[in-house]
Order: sequence, then C-alpha cells, then structure tokens
Amino acid sequence: MDDHQRIKVALAGKPNSGKSSLFNQLTGLNQKTGNFPGITVEMKTGVCQLSRNQKAEIIDLPGVYTLYPRSVDEKIVAEIFSNNNSIFFPDRVIVLADATNLRNCLLLLTQLIDLGFPTVLALNMMDLAVKSGQSVDVGKLSKMLDVPVVIVNAREGHGIDELKKILVNPIKPSGKRVFNLNGELASIVDEIKNHFKLQSEYEAYQYIQQYPHLSFLSVEDKNFINDVCERNKFFHGKFQGAETIHRFGFIQDLLNEVILELPKPEWNLRTRQLDRILTHKIWGYIIFLGLLFVIFQAIFSWAQQPMDLIDYGFAELGSFLNQKLPNGPFFDLITQGILPGLAGIIIFIPQIAILFAFVSVLEESGYMARVVFIMDKIMRKFGLNGRSVVPLMSGWACAIPAIMATRTIDNWKDRLITIFVTPFMSCSARLPVYAILVALIIPSDQFLGILSLQGITMMGLYLLGFLAAIISAYIMKLIIQSKERSYLVMELPTYRMPKWSNVGYTIVDKTKAFVFEAGKIILAISVILWVLASYGPSEKMNNAESIVRNEVVSEGLSELELQNRIASYRLEQSYAGIIGKSIEPVIQPLGYDWKIGIALVTSFAAREVL
Amino acid sequence: MFIINLNKVDVARKVSDMQIGEKAIITGFLDEQLSTKLLEMGFIPGTTIQFNFSAPLGDPICVTVSGYDLSIRMDEASMILIGNG
Repeated sequence: MDDHQRIKVALAGKPNSGKSSLFNQLTGLNQKTGNFPGITVEMKTGVCQLSRNQKAEIIDLPGVYTLYPRSVDEKIVAEIFSNNNSIFFPDRVIVLADATNLRNCLLLLTQLIDLGFPTVLALNMMDLAVKSGQSVDVGKLSKMLDVPVVIVNAREGHGIDELKKILVNPIKPSGKRVFNLNGELASIVDEIKNHFKLQSEYEAYQYIQQYPHLSFLSVEDKNFINDVCERNKFFHGKFQGAETIHRFGFIQDLLNEVILELPKPEWNLRTRQLDRILTHKIWGYIIFLGLLFVIFQAIFSWAQQPMDLIDYGFAELGSFLNQKLPNGPFFDLITQGILPGLAGIIIFIPQIAILFAFVSVLEESGYMARVVFIMDKIMRKFGLNGRSVVPLMSGWACAIPAIMATRTIDNWKDRLITIFVTPFMSCSARLPVYAILVALIIPSDQFLGILSLQGITMMGLYLLGFLAAIISAYIMKLIIQSKERSYLVMELPTYRMPKWSNVGYTIVDKTKAFVFEAGKIILAISVILWVLASYGPSEKMNNAESIVRNEVVSEGLSELELQNRIASYRLEQSYAGIIGKSIEPVIQPLGYDWKIGIALVTSFAAREVL
Repeated sequence: MFIINLNKVDVARKVSDMQIGEKAIITGFLDEQLSTKLLEMGFIPGTTIQFNFSAPLGDPICVTVSGYDLSIRMDEASMILIGNG
C-alpha cells in the first residue's frame, strides 16, 4: 500500500482521557515526533494497520477541552481542523472520552460535529465508570449524536479491533448541528464561507473567532476577515462564552437521556484519602522532596554503571579501530572526531532514560498534577508557575527536553521565564566538570561520620544552580511586563497505577528526541573541535614531529615522553591552540594558561550545544 | 448571556469565601475573559460546586464541579459568584 492511499486519522480528546494509551495501542512503536510546520510545536504521528490492505496515519493531538486554545501547543488543534490544505488535515477523527466525565469530553465532540468531520466517539474508562456506579445507554448516545460510538479500554487494549473496523470504511458525518449560526451571525458567516469556499458554517465561524493566530492564513486573508468583522461590529472572542453555554446545554439534555444511573458520590474516596496525605502542608512537601532526592540519586548513581560501560565500550572500540584502520586524515576523523562525538551523545542516554521514567510514572499516576498544585503558590512568588516544576526537574538531566516541556505553560511570561532559567539547573553534562573540581579541591574526609564532604559539596553545587535559577526568575519577573493573565484551572485526575508500557514508550520517545535533535549538533561540534585541534595554519603543525625531535635531541627523553611532547606541541600550533593563546591575556589574571583556555572554549561550545 | 453583575460585588459570595466541604450553586462570573476559560472546564452557571481542600499555603484550591476535581487559584475562585443550593 503506498502513501497516497493511507488515510489520516486525528486522535483528539481532553487531557487525562487516556489518549497516549490509545495512541500507543494503535501504533505500537511505529511513532515519530516531528515539528508542526509554521509553529514550533511537537507533533506525534504513527502508522496503524487498520485492515490487511488499509493503513492509517494516526495524528496525536494535544489534550484539549475545546477548539479555542489556551497554550502554544493547543493552537495546533484549531490549525489542523480548519486548514484543509494542511498535511495533517484528517479524513476521520477519533474523539476519545473519559466515561467517568462524559460532560467535559463532549464539548470538543460537538464542535467537531459542527465542523462536519466524520467522527467516531471512543468511550474509554468504562470499567471505572461502572465501578463508580454509573451506567450509560451507549446505543441511545450514538443515535442522539448521530455518531458511531465504540467502547474501548485503552490500557488493556480492548475494543481496539472494533475501533479499527469502524475507521476502515468511510464514516458518515453527523447530521446534527449543535450550535446554530443564525440571526446576527448569519450574514458575516456566509460572507467568510463563500470567500474561502469552506465546507461548513462553523468552519467559517472558527475563522472569524481565531483568525489572528491561524498561521496558514495570509496577511491579506486576515485583513479581509478583519474588514468583514469590523463592518459587522464583531470582534473575535465575542460569543465564545455564549457558545460554550449553549453547547453545555445541549450536552446536559443529552446526558439526561443517556445516563441511566449517576455515579455514587463516594466512588473516588481513595483519591481523596491519598490527597489528604500528598497535599498535606508538611507531609506533602516532605514526600515531594523525598521523591526529588530519589530521582536525583537515581540519575547520578544508577546511571553510573551503564555510563561507565558505554565509556569503556567506546574507548575499546576507539583503540581497536586505531589498530585496525590505516593511518590518514579520514580514519583519524573517524576515531578522533566522530567516535568521541557519538560517545558524547550515547553516554547521556542512561540519565535521560531514568529521568523520563520517573517523570512519566509521576504523570501517569496523577501525582504530577498534585506537585503543580502544592508548588504553584511558592513558584509564583518567583515569577514561575506550578507547571514550571517539571521543566526545572528535567533540567537536571538535560536542558533540551526541559525546554521542550515548557510548552504546556499557558502564560507567555511564565513560559519565557521558565525557559530562561532552566539552563541554570545543573545538567548532567556538567557533572564530570564538577566531579573533577570537587575531587581536586575538597578533601575526601567524612563529616559527622556518615556524610562525605565531597558529596555535600556536590549537592551544594546543585543547590547553587537552583538558587541561581530562582533568583534570576525573580529578577525577570520584575523586568518583564505583561498584561496577559495567568490561569491555573487544571484537572486533578483520579490516582491510578501507571501503565508500564506507556512509561516505556515515553522513555523511547524522549531518548530518541534527544539523540536525534541534540545529537546532530553535538556530533557536528565534536568534529569541528577535532579539526581545530588537529590542524594548524603553519608548516610547524605538519612538521611537528621533526621539529620536536630536533629540539629535544639533547635531553635524552624516552619514546613515550617524546610522543607526549609532540602531541602538546601539535596542540599548541593548532587552531584550537591559537584560540586558546589569543584569550590567554584575558584569563591570565585568573591564573589560567592557554591550555585551560582551550578547555574553556571547548567546554563553552559543548554547553551551548546542550 | 450569563450574569456578570458588577453592582452586587460586595454582597455576593464567591467561591473564595467557601468553607471546606461546603456546596453551592454557581451563579455567574465577575470577569468576562476568565469566564470563557472557566466555562470550557465545566464551571457552568446553575451547576453545583463543592470546596474540597486547599493547597498547603491556602492557594490554589481543589473544587468538585459536575463530578470531577479541579484545581483553581484563589484569584480565579474570587471571580466565580455562588448562591445557595
């Protein structure tokens, strides 16, 4: 089957409805993360074998309650559904709903019905709904919405085949229209619809409501819409509240018909009891700090062995290749430029994998929302926000995934400050530098019998990074002026056991993103540094061996000492040496010489790429 | 449209005035911009809201609206008007 006949299926739903589980069930490991064109927001897509000769590209949308976006990553939902030239414009849509909270899941569904998309409603978490004592007339729900409904269990993988069967054949779009655009809106909607040759009235209405941030509209298009709006005394955002109330009115009428039995109020008692401890004013923080300590320990001690192994492996491989490959600039490039570059990427994989294992477990279980909940007030004092906690934590492993994680922060100012201060969190790339410095300066004495001074200093260095982050956040809070309001209306999901395969997928996904995104740059820099350190402008570089031999002929050095001399002479004459020497006057007052200068330049380069 | 009643600000109770465990009915909002966001999350005038507990420093708070738990800040809670259910 070739790509032309591959259908596109968008997977939509509110946060915490089990979307990632369903996405993993449908696509397995056939996933890739890319950038959404026009806006730098990550998009996950995957391939699903619907039937023997029909494949589908599944597009995983960010979890949203409505088409109207709140944060940067939510903007792509409106983009995708209103741009029929987009490469992501779907042929069919799955709306995944959490059966324990149908009301809030159906808002988006009614919008998609109005847009005229062939939609299927997948009811997830029916097991929980049944446990809560709720019962739903699924047949009636499907009939009243005029949309096919499937019951799935995204965690266990039940109902996936039924869902696929529905997706294989064309789905008739629902004949329902929930939000009627008559009266004063009719003329303006018609004008936009005819001008852009749109399929549905509601699509035209979305243009009117959202045109300022739809990236596919040209400036002329936006001006046109703006003119039409001004002529009709309409401003975008007007009627949004009224639309939502109208939709919820429809949903309430629907639910009155299809919900046969309401959930018992005490069904989530266990979550309440856990919350009493986990958000307690003392225990809450102790538990969170304890968890941080465990994560911290894990990143630095559990990762040590695999990292040593990788280091050893690459050293062995390097010396093996050195022996086997003939001499020459090309093979030197491989053994001294590319190989160390690869090692520099792969060595961080254990730490990144461990960090994201923890982050993913905490998110899956529902605890992360509580971290946001208990940290929000404190973080806000420093110009950050409860949602900054995850990016800052990720900063310990690597700043790149950390900055990617800030996209969930809806407030522009908070997001900017978080991005700015994240690099202050000491990332693992700095660990070797710290380790060497600590080992050199701090005696390996024991303090109070159990704690090693070196360990405490190490911890102190990390705390220092954290303090620097907090203080600069506070300063930025005073500098940046923003009228944008900050919100924290967030669901506190029911606690659940994490699904381990989802944790696995997250680890693979984040590690892949790191290796391919950051890896390219690290590799390139490594090769450039090698070139700088092994080539020099003058003849002296090429004749290093004979020059040194002549110089030291009287000193009677052994062969090994001679080789060292030659190497250091080479380094001195190389481009890197020249750069090091040229900054020597600047760093001399600090007691450094040109060799430390080289180290500074190269480590600066390494830091910047990370 | 929904009620935005600016004259009764001092007399009307808000979610931020609620006691732990208390239930009330949402009657309206004091801020239009914020109201669109709150509506989308299920804060619909006429529905029951229950104050469950607050975060250690008193802010944000956890409330139950139409059967599920949400966290909102006190700033937001003080924009939601309530009446007795």
